[in-house]
Amino acid sequence: MPVGAIVGIIVAVVLAIIFGGGYNRLVRLRNQTKNAWAQIDVQLKRRYDLIPNLVETVKGYTKHERETLEAVTKARNIAQQLSSSGAAERSKAESELSSALARLLVVVERYPDLKANQNYLALQEELSSTENRIGFARQYYNDSILKYNNVTQMIPSNVVARMFGFKAGEFFEITVAEEKEAPKVSFTQ
Amino acid sequence: MWEQISSNRRRSVALTIGIGAILLLVGYLIGLYFFGNGYAGLVIALIIWGIMNLVALFQGDSILLSISKAKKIKKSDHPRLYNIVEEMQIASGLEKMPDIYIIDDPALNAFATGRDPKRASVAITSGLLNKLNRDELQGVIGHEMAHIKNRDVLLMVMCGILLGSIVMLSWVASRALLFGGARRSRTSSSSGGGGGIILIVAIVLMIIAPLAAQLIYFAISRKREYLADASSALYTRYPEGLASALEKLSASTHELRSANKATAPMFIINPFRKKGMAASNLTSTHPPISERIRILRSMTGSSFSNYEEAYDKLHYSSRQGILPGSALAQTQAVEIRAPRPEPVEPFQASIERRRETSEALWQINDYKTINCKCGTRLRIPPRLQNSSVRCPHCGRTNST
Repeated sequence: MPVGAIVGIIVAVVLAIIFGGGYNRLVRLRNQTKNAWAQIDVQLKRRYDLIPNLVETVKGYTKHERETLEAVTKARNIAQQLSSSGAAERSKAESELSSALARLLVVVERYPDLKANQNYLALQEELSSTENRIGFARQYYNDSILKYNNVTQMIPSNVVARMFGFKAGEFFEITVAEEKEAPKVSFTQ
Repeated sequence: MWEQISSNRRRSVALTIGIGAILLLVGYLIGLYFFGNGYAGLVIALIIWGIMNLVALFQGDSILLSISKAKKIKKSDHPRLYNIVEEMQIASGLEKMPDIYIIDDPALNAFATGRDPKRASVAITSGLLNKLNRDELQGVIGHEMAHIKNRDVLLMVMCGILLGSIVMLSWVASRALLFGGARRSRTSSSSGGGGGIILIVAIVLMIIAPLAAQLIYFAISRKREYLADASSALYTRYPEGLASALEKLSASTHELRSANKATAPMFIINPFRKKGMAASNLTSTHPPISERIRILRSMTGSSFSNYEEAYDKLHYSSRQGILPGSALAQTQAVEIRAPRPEPVEPFQASIERRRETSEALWQINDYKTINCKCGTRLRIPPRLQNSSVRCPHCGRTNST
């Protein structure tokens, strides 16, 4: 009898360790994805804040680019409105905005006066850095999601995940319509 | 990444215990020989080590930064550098933005310091800022960020201190032997031959211990460099950036004026390498730069396993692996991104970079800048108390 009891206790302890560890790991990974998502949010907001400034500066130097500027402003406003929705809708709106910005930056290439403007140069640095930040935040978020999803689907942690309702997360992608790259910003500094 | 940090921690502990054991052994033998009691020596060794540890933990980074003559910058001093550091902070998932320092030195180098990721700093020489374009700078900062993220800094500091304690103890003991040895042997001659054997063992150990500890230290710090290179490639998704930065670094002949032997492992490349001389593999804190470049350039993706693959390809014989196995657990493919567009005029760009760096240096040294109407830029030293200054170019009087 005591042998059976001891074996039972050992099995129970081992199971508890496996499940407890699995649960903690899931919680940690889920928190990591949440933090990563918050970081994307911060950087996208940074971009919303930069755009009115950029549009103002460009407006002063260009006369015939009203449509491009309006497209950027419109895309920004739509993206901002959708900022509390899910990853899928959001990535669509942000992709639109990225495309509109890319078009604007191509147009700006035609205005050498604007490109020499100190204010614009500083803005350009901020904008290209923001694009990089969004890219890096997205990269970190997607890596975190991949790791988290793997754990929720693998044995034995998938059992724990199902028991406590850990659901797989969505990836976040931004694709620029014309080209699959960040807007071309040339670094002249 | 978590798995890899914890594996780093385990290794750190094992390593610290290893070098620590050497320290205790040296202390014990010294005690045995000089006081006839091993424990006295043990206590002395522990006290020295403890004091050095406390100093390093609480003051280490500020000491290091001040002997390197590094100056802290704000965002407005050098926006590009600040932005790149913040980008890499996001890419590495580090919780807190490290402080950024610039060292006014034409040598090309950079280092990271801080005992934990919450109190970390990154320092970079002005020479390096002048030379690197955005992608390259990103690679270098990514490498430093990886040192912070992987807790390499703490490990290197701990080991450096242990090593320092051993060297110090052995040095003191060997002096004591040389100058006090005669008196001691006369008094102990009555106690028989035991002292003689201990003396020989002690001498041998005093010679070997610092070397052994140093070799362990070097081996570990080299592995850290590989891991940091691999992490930088992973963060930036662009191994070529770091590779071409390293190429520029290796071409430079400047030696960093403010570096010394103890701080050498902190830098991105060894500040003491001799030009045209291949550092011997065993006694260098850093792997040869050419090899680091070759590994980075033969990567086919930017994940850890791609780095390992590239390393294995270059070292047909060794399959030992260079990265901790836990780092290789993630097997998903990670593509290399496209390079950021290069400036149309590389020469113009390098002039712009120099201007940007010198601007930052003026600002961190508290110089005021006045733009005269004639287009001349006046730099006002902080000690100048005058309320107005005459422009040397056009003769206008500008108020400060």
